[in-house]
Amino acid sequence: MSSTEFGLKGTVRELLRYKGAVLGLTIIIILVFISIYAVVAIPYDKAVEQWRESEYWIKNPKNAAPEWINYISDKKLPKSIYLSGEGKVVKDEGRSKLVFEYNFGYYYDDFPSEIILFVNSNVTKSFYLKTSFLRPDGDLIFLGKYKIKKGENRIYVTNKLDLEASLEKHVEERLGAKPNFSITIEKALFLAYTGKQEVLKGDYEIKLEALTNATSKDVNCEVVIYGKVHGLTGTDHLRRPLSIALIWGTPVALSFGITAATLIVLMQLIIATISAWFGGRVDMVLQRVTEVYMVLPFLPTLIMISLFYRISIWTLLLVVIALSIFGANVKTMRALAMQIKTYPYIEAAQAYGASSLRIVFLYMIPKMLPPVIPSIILSVPDFVFLEAVLSFFGLGDPLLPTWGKLLHDALENGALYKGLYYWVLEPSALLVLTAFSFAQIGLALDKIVNPRLREI
Amino acid sequence: MIPRIVKYIFKRVLMLFLVVVIATYITILIANAGGYVDEIIKSEIQFNVATYVQNNPAYKGLPPEELRKLIDSMVETQLKLRGLDQPFFIRSFYYLGNALTLNLGRSYFMTSDSGSRMVRLIILERLPQTILLFTTATALLFFIQLLGGLYLSGKYGKRIDRILVNLAPISSMPGWFFLILLILIFYTWLHLLPPSGLVDYPPPPDPFSYFLSVLKHMILPLSAWLISYTWIGIYNMRNFFLIFSTEDYVEVAIAKGVPPGQVRKRYILRPSLPPIITNLALALISSWMGAIVTETVYEWPGLGYTIAQAIGFMDAPVIIGVTVMYAYLLAFTVLILDIIYGFLDPRIGAAGR
Repeated sequence: MSSTEFGLKGTVRELLRYKGAVLGLTIIIILVFISIYAVVAIPYDKAVEQWRESEYWIKNPKNAAPEWINYISDKKLPKSIYLSGEGKVVKDEGRSKLVFEYNFGYYYDDFPSEIILFVNSNVTKSFYLKTSFLRPDGDLIFLGKYKIKKGENRIYVTNKLDLEASLEKHVEERLGAKPNFSITIEKALFLAYTGKQEVLKGDYEIKLEALTNATSKDVNCEVVIYGKVHGLTGTDHLRRPLSIALIWGTPVALSFGITAATLIVLMQLIIATISAWFGGRVDMVLQRVTEVYMVLPFLPTLIMISLFYRISIWTLLLVVIALSIFGANVKTMRALAMQIKTYPYIEAAQAYGASSLRIVFLYMIPKMLPPVIPSIILSVPDFVFLEAVLSFFGLGDPLLPTWGKLLHDALENGALYKGLYYWVLEPSALLVLTAFSFAQIGLALDKIVNPRLREI
Repeated sequence: MIPRIVKYIFKRVLMLFLVVVIATYITILIANAGGYVDEIIKSEIQFNVATYVQNNPAYKGLPPEELRKLIDSMVETQLKLRGLDQPFFIRSFYYLGNALTLNLGRSYFMTSDSGSRMVRLIILERLPQTILLFTTATALLFFIQLLGGLYLSGKYGKRIDRILVNLAPISSMPGWFFLILLILIFYTWLHLLPPSGLVDYPPPPDPFSYFLSVLKHMILPLSAWLISYTWIGIYNMRNFFLIFSTEDYVEVAIAKGVPPGQVRKRYILRPSLPPIITNLALALISSWMGAIVTETVYEWPGLGYTIAQAIGFMDAPVIIGVTVMYAYLLAFTVLILDIIYGFLDPRIGAAGR
């Protein structure tokens, strides 16, 4: 019980002597700041709404890696290119049309992932939009003629099957042979005709001709050439930036982990002390309940409950606590309480007539608290990962974006098979950091309160 | 002397059986979602009977009222056949009786690979794979931790001790998590090892290459578990032995000049053996449940994966079957340990020494 020799201040001072603990504390403080930022900057409702609203992210590329990947690898992956601007009215053989010309340089080492035309028309009468693509080598490719109705129009150029068929033929003609790789539209448009899968670098031009006599104010166009990298964290299969889930996962993971760990250990402490203090029948009943809990398989029971009752993450937290308060720890704590029960100061308390309640809560539990604090901190990672496990089985909170859900989505959508490393590694890195910091602090505290373990 | 130990054993058997009964009953309540699963099955029977009657030409032309009567009586027979005509509360005790007598019955939806719906067969078919992977992992881990801890407790404060102690935080991450990272390295990046399953597809024809293929599939999950659980285990064992090695009799032995190897074996390992054996026994039994998450990530066809699937299908008989077998095994192990300690440990005193 030498733990009581240190006050809170002394313990913190001791703790700061361990490099690992200092590192752990620093990381946790950063994570706490991220949590506060998450809650303040992206309010709960907004985070949930953005995460569930797929339309919101339509101008992001799908499954894009983070942008900083380009600094690491020598192959430069394309960023998305957004082309927009007012059209010009051009008179051609007496008929007027609106022409949009967009020039852009393409100097990346990989092909874009997708091309979509966004056309907004205020013209009541629908009209045709002729689209063409001019390559740096002078090759002019017709991308199709599309009917534009009033309102918002979206043309998924790279999904047009007839265009793909004609481009395949076009590439074969230019190469003089069938290429030994498959041709997609985005590949055909940016392919250098060398026979290898290479990008033709240079300045391209996309030309859209709206066959209407409307003014330039009435028709807005935007061409998006989706890249393969996006933002600081990349995007998932629904174009959502991972950053939202990474940032919002932080307060969820921390609060879930810390609340569960603290409440469970405290409840266990109370149960163990009551069991030891009262002894007899109370002890017998509590011992049997502990054994029932030992026999009940924890994870299957938890998964069943959350699946059958479809509960939110905070109700789930209560279930987790209820399922864990009679864990194996209770036996160890009970042994400790039995020891403390025989201490002279407890006898003294009894002698002056202190009530059982008073002795248990004011004299015994405070005495037992210091040695169990390391185990509270050490069990935080378990519950952070438990949240991830539940997300893994498609349980957990149905609305909130969390780290576990990112991992689940990544595995579900074949990130391991497609080589989308960032999708797995980003949430994993945060899980590792969290687990590592709590473990460092917990182990250092363990050495402080159990002096026999201290290094010489 | 003899009656006392018999009384002690009898008391423990009774207590543990009570524990198994309660745990099984709780599982029955949860696995049936308090009768909710029954409702699903009832409506399914109704639907099936109605479609059967409507599609059967023999019943065409019957007046609608008679048709309804026919359907109702057929549904009733079906419900009676399945014992669903009684309220859930009463049925839950039938389930309990069946489960406790290991009469595990038939699954609702799942089948074994040979096509059987017997829960017993489903469990027996999956159990070997789980034992192969997780009992191996548990046993390996146990010996690594035991030997590592014993070794380190002798090297207390030395460099190797500090290094290994500083590795303990690695264990704050679970095995399945390392498995994902290992798959990312050895499958996605290096294309060296398979990402899932028990054996290659199609399975190799001759037993030897089949065996090799299974071994190859075991590498990743086994390593993931070793990476995850070795360090904290060594750390705990080391602490455990350290506390034993500061006992007076150990110091006396060292002072007497007993060689360090002997001190370790006779004075530290031997008296600390009982709790270690308890841990091993409980860990081995728990390993039979498999590891739900690891097996699901790796699609390893063991008991853990089966439970995950059964939960997904709301297949109550399978869930209850696995739980009750596990409960019996665990209770039996605890009982054996209790009896052994009752004989061995003078402090328990049941042996009447």
